Amino acid sequence: MAGVNSQEERARDLGMTTEQLTGRTQQRFFEPSEEERFVYPWAKDVDFNKRGEIDADGLTTTEVNRRIREMMAEGYGTIVIRNPRGKHALGVGILNRLNLIIEGSIGYFGVGLIDGPNVRINGRVGWSCAENMMAGTVVIEKNAGSTFGAAMRGGDLVCKGSVGSRTGIDMKGGTIIVGGDTGALSGFMMQRGRMVICGNAGKNLGDSMYDGMIFVGGTIRSLGVDAVPAELTDLDRAWLTRKLRMYGLLPERGVDHFQKIVAGKQLWNYDNLEPTEKKLIL
Amino acid sequence: MCGIAGLIHRGRVSDVGAEMTAMLQALKHRGPDSTGFAVYGTPKAGEYVMRLKLAEQEDMARGHGIEEVVEGRIAEVERRMEKRGARILSRERVRPYAMRYELRLDGDPEALARYVEEVEGTEILSLGHGLELIKDLGDAARVAGDYDLARFRGTHAIGHTRMATESDVDIRSAHPYWAFPYNDVSVVHNGQITNYWLMRREMERKGHRFMSNCDSELLAVYTAHNLAEGMSLEESLRRSIQEIDGVFTYLVATRDQLGMAKDTMAAKPLVLYESDDLIAMASEEVAIRAILPQEIDTWDPYDEEVRVWQA
Repeated sequence: MAGVNSQEERARDLGMTTEQLTGRTQQRFFEPSEEERFVYPWAKDVDFNKRGEIDADGLTTTEVNRRIREMMAEGYGTIVIRNPRGKHALGVGILNRLNLIIEGSIGYFGVGLIDGPNVRINGRVGWSCAENMMAGTVVIEKNAGSTFGAAMRGGDLVCKGSVGSRTGIDMKGGTIIVGGDTGALSGFMMQRGRMVICGNAGKNLGDSMYDGMIFVGGTIRSLGVDAVPAELTDLDRAWLTRKLRMYGLLPERGVDHFQKIVAGKQLWNYDNLEPTEKKLIL
Repeated sequence: MCGIAGLIHRGRVSDVGAEMTAMLQALKHRGPDSTGFAVYGTPKAGEYVMRLKLAEQEDMARGHGIEEVVEGRIAEVERRMEKRGARILSRERVRPYAMRYELRLDGDPEALARYVEEVEGTEILSLGHGLELIKDLGDAARVAGDYDLARFRGTHAIGHTRMATESDVDIRSAHPYWAFPYNDVSVVHNGQITNYWLMRREMERKGHRFMSNCDSELLAVYTAHNLAEGMSLEESLRRSIQEIDGVFTYLVATRDQLGMAKDTMAAKPLVLYESDDLIAMASEEVAIRAILPQEIDTWDPYDEEVRVWQA
């Protein structure tokens, strides 16, 4: 035990258990003043009033995704996909302004890696929807599977129904809003961003989170390691009210009942350590 | 990765063979090594259906007089059936290495099963009043075609497309597993069981037999044991979440029930659809859409969730 105590003391001396995060996890990935970063040089100039449809029945995922790109190149700014019938990986990698409307349910890895489009899905989504999403909005009318918004970096990802487990795992930015409940380990290893769960949260909420905020309107089955309750501020209330109203999810009784969960920041944070400091504790 | 699927019609008979084939074919990308079906027809009082294989598929390609060996095994199996009091009502050689029998049996089916399985190279795939278990190498369309599953009518079914990771690509390691010797109980599983050997030894100490080294077989044996102890299917499923380690989602079918259980981490997928007359579930929604193309509401069950439905 002496060794453990000694290690704890050295860690405390290094300020590891008390200091605020200052390393890469606080880095700003986008600088608003750098306007050119918001449009890719190869982005298509689309017109939102030019609307087209794709019937996915009988097409492969590749064929549907290729057709979306072809239509964007033709200037279509609003594309409706009909009969998706649970196909996987629909609408991935769209780095463009676009209104994408999916009439039905999609399978796994839907609309992942997107940067900019506004997506509305009038059905359900499978696992890993909007994984690594960078910007834009995704609104899902029904339920969603697990690892919803995994590693997302920006934009708004909204599910009006309930979501599976590990929602927002490794989330690095943006906002996830869930109208119903979420499963176990939601917010696991969350690094930045905000998650709003209007219903109940499963066990181990926010386990090992580095940073970010989780708001829960219902009950929390259990908190994960280093996830702690925090006080809901006026700024939080204003933000919650605005965001939830925007997506038609604002409860009649307002947002005062929401609980706020943040990182306790008591876990080892290797991100702050210099190589020489690492040697000390390893 | 593996794909699993299940469906149960409430209070009616349907084309479950064709429906399960469509569901599993949609899951082919999750496991192309082998495909298996456990389909439940309408039981007849006092009659049993036995399906068994007498060799592996690849054995038949090797030659060395295997046809004569299989003929000998069939004769020996039928001799043993008659010796144990089973009257063969019909026999069908569905594949060169697979047989289907309809039997009338007054004696103990477990004793019959153990006696028949003593014949070298023979494995009973299923023995029950309603259950028929079909599994072979290849995708769903091929296996269903080989075994003429399209005309099978029944109340419920479970199925599996296998990507072999823990054991060989052979029929022995293919799912579903019959919960030997418990009639009409079958299991399909997606995941890995990490305390497999501990649990297997415990089951073997209690007298249960294992035919493969596939961890999924444990779930069938474990379920059979619990049911034999008088536990309900729901109790067995709930207990398994506490006693079996690893990541798993599995389905169990009995003569008139279909159940599911998901591990404590909810690490393996399952999508559910439930209506008044049909419940369908699969590793991916695309399988449910194969039989229900219209817009429907589906959801993911949560960690430690257990459900049981009645036919």
